[in-house]
Amino acid sequence: MELLSNLALGFSTAGSLENLFFCLIGVILGTLIGVLPGIGATATIAMLLPITFQLEPVSSLIMLAGIYYGAQYGGSTTAILINLPGESSSAVTAIDGYQMARKGKAGTALAIAALGSFFAGSVSTLLVAIFAIPLTVVALKFGAAEYFSLMVLGLVSSIALAHGSILKALAMVVTGLLLGLVGTDIYTGAPRFNLGIREYADGLNFVALAVGVFGIAEILRNLEGEVQREVIKTKVSSLLPSKEDFRAMIAPVLRGTAIGSALGILPGGGAILASFASYTVEKKMSKHPEEFGHGAIAGVAGPESANNAGAQTSFIPLLTLGIPANPVMALMVGAMIIQGIVPGPNVAAEQPALFWGIIASMWIGNLMLVILNLPLIGLWVKLLTVPYYVLFPIIMAMCSIGVYSVNSNVYDLYAVAFFGLLGYVLLKLRCEPAPLLLGFVLGPMLEENLRRAMILGRGDPTTFLTRPISLTLLILSLAVLVVVFLPQVRKKRDEVFTESD
Amino acid sequence: MTSQSYDKADAAAGVLFILIGLGFGVQSWWLDIGTALRMGPGYFPLVLSVILVLLGAAVVVNATKQPGEPIGSLAARGMIYILPAPIFFGLTVRGLGFVPSIFLTTFIACFASLKMKPLPALLLSVVVAVFSTLVFSYALGLPFRRFGPWLSF
Repeated sequence: MELLSNLALGFSTAGSLENLFFCLIGVILGTLIGVLPGIGATATIAMLLPITFQLEPVSSLIMLAGIYYGAQYGGSTTAILINLPGESSSAVTAIDGYQMARKGKAGTALAIAALGSFFAGSVSTLLVAIFAIPLTVVALKFGAAEYFSLMVLGLVSSIALAHGSILKALAMVVTGLLLGLVGTDIYTGAPRFNLGIREYADGLNFVALAVGVFGIAEILRNLEGEVQREVIKTKVSSLLPSKEDFRAMIAPVLRGTAIGSALGILPGGGAILASFASYTVEKKMSKHPEEFGHGAIAGVAGPESANNAGAQTSFIPLLTLGIPANPVMALMVGAMIIQGIVPGPNVAAEQPALFWGIIASMWIGNLMLVILNLPLIGLWVKLLTVPYYVLFPIIMAMCSIGVYSVNSNVYDLYAVAFFGLLGYVLLKLRCEPAPLLLGFVLGPMLEENLRRAMILGRGDPTTFLTRPISLTLLILSLAVLVVVFLPQVRKKRDEVFTESD
Repeated sequence: MTSQSYDKADAAAGVLFILIGLGFGVQSWWLDIGTALRMGPGYFPLVLSVILVLLGAAVVVNATKQPGEPIGSLAARGMIYILPAPIFFGLTVRGLGFVPSIFLTTFIACFASLKMKPLPALLLSVVVAVFSTLVFSYALGLPFRRFGPWLSF
């Protein structure tokens, strides 16, 4: 079977001692930073991104994937222990997880989250492996027009799942697209928007933008109030769930995995949607819906599995089409491009070891998370008591070194400061930064495909409408836009996001 | 119009988007626009800029229709000490060299919090400088000059 031989190749790549080591480092670092309150998965990856650039492409991406799972799990840990979700996708976990922790079942909640995530991760890794190849074949039929339309769909969907005003999210996407165009025009070589600074001729550094907008802006926001956080004082004991706990979690984990895998493929942040959907489903199906909000096991197990399954399957559009489904995947695209890999359908054919290595490392990373975190939870809890004012100077130092190490370009450091300020201002003006990052990554690709499609279509813009795949994708984008602007949906969407705040 | 009768944060965001759009738009105008068939370097950015200005205007219009929440306090101290830290690192990493530069960068960042006292700040900066020199310079072998030309007497 082709699938098996592919997976074998993947496991032999990811299973090399070197790659196992980097996967482990990634998982540990990811959890370490992800546990720090107020720093979500995206910010964590942005900060750790530069460290991976010194490695071989395969090891680098495997480590990044490890960081991603680690950061996600770290986010759930803070959600359960101090009711402070690092990422909106673990916001749902905080509802019942924190209540469990307050009842002295913090250990059980953490274990359920870890085991549920592991199961979901295993299933969805297999799904990624199964769907990756046929989708890659479809993707090879894509021309410039189809890619353009697909990216439009991705950008529009990212808006649908952003917090707050849709208009502002749209404007953030466009701002990101424009920032992505800074540098040199690929067709004519003409410099643009670089304000006469030669050091920006290759475009703004993606790492600088990510670290500034996500990392530094978050540090500044955390420094605003300097409030003391309340860490659960009770000891995290009795990690392993009891038999009844196990029985209570099986069905929600299965349902969560199914929901998460399906929704994760959607562009625009499927993991968040998946955890909310799973919570709603569990609440509807439960015999004791009144327990929800007061420490229901299903309320932790379901959403955590859904969240992790969604996180995993969101690799499918990235690996097959080269289209990032969410900001984390956008960071992955940036990392791949810096490593000299152009994400897209060709990766599977040209670099099978890399492609299958990443898929296999997803499973290995998840396994490591379970093995590592169950015994190490005590350490993570201790880490939560480290005061923030000690942490952020360290983070600042690491960010500075990291950004500089990418290109040894000091102008990247000035860009970090600028984007930190911009990100903070936008945060204060209640604009979500995620669509901006997505726009930034897709900007150059969008323009290239638009221009190529127009040349191929002899300057006729209807080329996007006469090609069936392109037309379908554009109609879908339009449908998404219409749906989010519908009054009832808007109201429902507001409710969902208020619940998460 | 009282201060709460419109959404200040949204209005400011809208104005910011308009300004960004105008900034990019004007610069695109100076570039070669080209035709729809053969787009020049300015074509796509110009279209985006126009869209951004329109979106910004729509955000402003929407903001005047509804009251909003106040923007809240700003991390002024944070901005004063955090933002210059990477800039300082950029200005000095070649001249002073990696070790003193990262030490001072961390030290500057420490002052962003009122809770950080000078002595612990000094200690933390030393630890960070030693640790990152060991990890990045020795272990990872990044080509940083540990002590730069400004320090060679």
